[in-house]
Amino acid sequence: MTLSVESFPQQAMPVPRWTIIWIAAILGVTLLYVRPDFAPWAVYYPTKAILPFAEWTSVLMAWLKVNFSWFTRGLTEVFAVPLNWAFNLLAKGWKIGAGPEAVLIPRLSWVGICAAFAIAGYALGGFQLGALSAGCILYIALFGQWTSAMLTLGLIAISVPLCIVAGVALGTLAFRKPSIDRYIVGPMLDLMQTMPTFAYLIPMLLLFGNSPVSAMLATAIFATPPMVRATVLGLKRIPHEIDDLGEMVGCTQRQKLLNVLLPSARPSLMIGVNQVIMLALNMVIISSMIGAGGLGYDVLLALRALKIGQGMEAGLAIVALAIVLDRLSNAAAVKRPTIVDRSAPVWQRYSMLLLACGVLLVTTLASTVVPSLADVPASLTISTAPWWKVAVDWITVNFFDAIEAFRTVLILYALNPIRMFFEGVPWLGAVILIGLAGYRLGGVRLAVLVVPLTMFCAATGLWEKTMATLYLCTVAVIISASLGMAIGIMAARSNRVEATITPIIDTLQTLPSFCFIIPVVMLFRVGDVTALIATVLFAIVPAIRYTNHGIRQIPESLIEAATVAGCSRRQMFWRVQLPLALPEIMLGINQTVLLALSMVIICAMIGTRDLGQEVFIALAKADAGRGITAGFAIAFVGIVADRLLRAATDRMRLGVA
Amino acid sequence: MNSRAPALDLGTTRDTVDRRPTKLVCRNIWKLFGVGAPEFIASRRGVATANEIAQAKLIGAVKNVSIDVREGENFIVMGLSGSGKSTLVRCLSRLIEPTWGSIEFDGKDLLKATPDELIEIRRHKMGMVFQNFALLPHLTVLENIAFPLSVQGIDVKTRERRARELIDLVGLTSREQFYPRELSGGQQQRVGIARSLAVEPDIWFLDEPFSALDPLIRREMQSELIRLQSVLKKTIIFITHDFDEAIRLADRVAIMKDGETIQIGTPEDLVLHPATDYVAEFTRDVPRAKVMSAKRIMAPISDHRDYGGSVKASDKIVSFAAEIVGRRQNFVVTDEGGEPIGEVTANAVINVLAERDPHAAVAE
Repeated sequence: MTLSVESFPQQAMPVPRWTIIWIAAILGVTLLYVRPDFAPWAVYYPTKAILPFAEWTSVLMAWLKVNFSWFTRGLTEVFAVPLNWAFNLLAKGWKIGAGPEAVLIPRLSWVGICAAFAIAGYALGGFQLGALSAGCILYIALFGQWTSAMLTLGLIAISVPLCIVAGVALGTLAFRKPSIDRYIVGPMLDLMQTMPTFAYLIPMLLLFGNSPVSAMLATAIFATPPMVRATVLGLKRIPHEIDDLGEMVGCTQRQKLLNVLLPSARPSLMIGVNQVIMLALNMVIISSMIGAGGLGYDVLLALRALKIGQGMEAGLAIVALAIVLDRLSNAAAVKRPTIVDRSAPVWQRYSMLLLACGVLLVTTLASTVVPSLADVPASLTISTAPWWKVAVDWITVNFFDAIEAFRTVLILYALNPIRMFFEGVPWLGAVILIGLAGYRLGGVRLAVLVVPLTMFCAATGLWEKTMATLYLCTVAVIISASLGMAIGIMAARSNRVEATITPIIDTLQTLPSFCFIIPVVMLFRVGDVTALIATVLFAIVPAIRYTNHGIRQIPESLIEAATVAGCSRRQMFWRVQLPLALPEIMLGINQTVLLALSMVIICAMIGTRDLGQEVFIALAKADAGRGITAGFAIAFVGIVADRLLRAATDRMRLGVA
Repeated sequence: MNSRAPALDLGTTRDTVDRRPTKLVCRNIWKLFGVGAPEFIASRRGVATANEIAQAKLIGAVKNVSIDVREGENFIVMGLSGSGKSTLVRCLSRLIEPTWGSIEFDGKDLLKATPDELIEIRRHKMGMVFQNFALLPHLTVLENIAFPLSVQGIDVKTRERRARELIDLVGLTSREQFYPRELSGGQQQRVGIARSLAVEPDIWFLDEPFSALDPLIRREMQSELIRLQSVLKKTIIFITHDFDEAIRLADRVAIMKDGETIQIGTPEDLVLHPATDYVAEFTRDVPRAKVMSAKRIMAPISDHRDYGGSVKASDKIVSFAAEIVGRRQNFVVTDEGGEPIGEVTANAVINVLAERDPHAAVAE
């Protein structure tokens, strides 16, 4: 750690005080590690002292369930209305009446929806985007994923507006009342964003049952925070004069908010909307476990049965949907208002919108007569599942030995020893070291935050599992960070490399976390190696992006100054570029850590043995207490890592600035 | 050393502005920042020295400022950054609440206005132009200008008709449907000016409106403002850090430093009788012919009455200097009604141009 090298120029002491403290602390912990019998209570948390936090939570949940079922049931019914409407419109169609006289109103025709997406793409981003968006939707249709994809789309179509409205409302409140922001909204967002997604599936399941509504609410919890943050940020960035203008023209508070502030914050808000859509899509997949249905459910079933081909197909359909929604919402965000000729008739001003509606209406009406417009005709659909199977079989036959050798070596000689090391770390030692680091980086306040959070993991009897999580996470972070920084540096040095890498990392970032698992499982089967590879793939993106950006954003004048001073290329990199880019790179690493943590948890689905597994088991047993406790433990690990890294980055920034 | 002219007869320094009724009166305005500021200044009943403020760990942005602005007057508040001029004008418009003092607008106590009354006053009586334009990025030029009217709930047709009139007035015809980002800085500020005039305000605040513009555009916009004001005759409170701009536009200037007004007077007063060395620093390089008017150097009417031309008493010397020096004849000075009240000699003009005492003998 760099902390121990801190020097105190004013003091004449030969060895700085903090170096001694660190050495003493590390020696003590090492001693405990080597001779656990010296003080076993400090190594293994005593069973008798374990807090029955899980039981308390279970009791609380049971109480909530009993006393608030009127509320949750009502909420379920209210939200079910728009959800079912969307499902019927996109996927199921309406059936009015019963028996033979029942009237069927068909769902929207798939041809019409393809056309509508193409038109939307064209209107927002020209011919190219139109083609991309039509292509992706057609892909979904032709590869036989239509109904599932439309169920997923329906859930998104209802959840996203909910998240946006809630996010903007909460963000505005936080902006107006800084104390609420500081003490309520801020910590709440932190918890929502670090809490593993699995963990809040359980209370949702208990309170709202196995239904699309609980999936939607889980999605809202997961996808709203970026909207809140974007709103607060956007409102804060508005120049003060715009605010004064609102006052001077005599706006009421409401007018000022709706007509002046929010429209002025539009660019930030639109970035928030894009993030909400992507996160919602990600979450809709995960929440298929509690009744979301759709593509996520297909992937889940396929993964459980290890039907790689089917899983891959549904996974690719998710990818296609993700790409379309991402590009469309991005284009909408970047698009600036164009000049509207008010004198033009309505049909000219909204020609694109009307065209899309028209196509949808006509094709849907026609679909009552022409069946091939209602369902994607079987003769058109292609299944790639057998191909994937053949490909995997071929790889297994030809490369089994090589892959297996790689896997075994990695497990035996790298992963297992590291795991052993982590699991042997005495809990008290870890608490002391983390507390010290917190104190040095952020003073008493940070120490007071990180120590109890770390203690929580031990006190609930989850220490071993926490360390198992930490082991996989640490390995993944080290690999992603070193690989990511290397790639980022290459990208920063050459425009060609950057141009090649940007679309790849853009796509990687668009993919829901679920999708990383499937191809890796195909090759490496279930286990730690698969989890590691999937996590690295998922978590490497911010490391690359921020390194590249950090180096490129260094002011040209500084580079020129260094060149004039006679720096060689190597000196330029080590003495100028790297130190100046370091704070930015640290931000990337921070995100890598959080992403890795979330992915490691999801990997519990493929048989890792850690906190994720704990949540996963609890989910299967609907054991709220156990799941939430493990969820908190994960969230706290994330918060501790995030706060320490942030404090370290702030210090670095001070050094650079 | 002192290149300034010695004091001249002061009998005629007050000009016609003073006869107009006062529009805005502010007395002993204080704006203090820090814990316990209102109690501090209230306990002293609006009197405190810089030392006392520092001892109370407060920061004074505006200190004990009193000004009267008359109807139709161009009142300019001039000061360098941090002098409190922006805070002062925000106190006058109540964008910031003053810590102490009174503001009377049209004979009513502005500080006693309830939030609803304040909204009404702003909707109908105040207009403001901002340094960085503060145009709404999502609205067109037309919609931006009509915005204050739409806030009042005026129907689309009426407000757009009014906005089009203003677009013509500020010379942006045919740019109605542009978005702010598609305009140059000068054009954006024209939109800002038009918008602030949309409600036909009684009082017009301009907060460094031209500071963000290039020097050439700035001059052009100053001329534009002079032109507009000759038509509109608004009561203007104009903030600037540019002394040249101040004397070009002002009827009267208030010079601020460290939150206090050091001197309030006409450009002529400031140049001829700077109250402190600080003011003198600004005025030193200002050519006096630009600020001195004919009546300042006129002599009593003589006998021969062989005049080369005639000027008004309020005409600046620079406006007729070339003519009188070319003709080498005395000009008659007339008052507003055209009655002759004195005469100017070419020598006096030459002396002013040479920054000498106007009545010194010119060496032939």
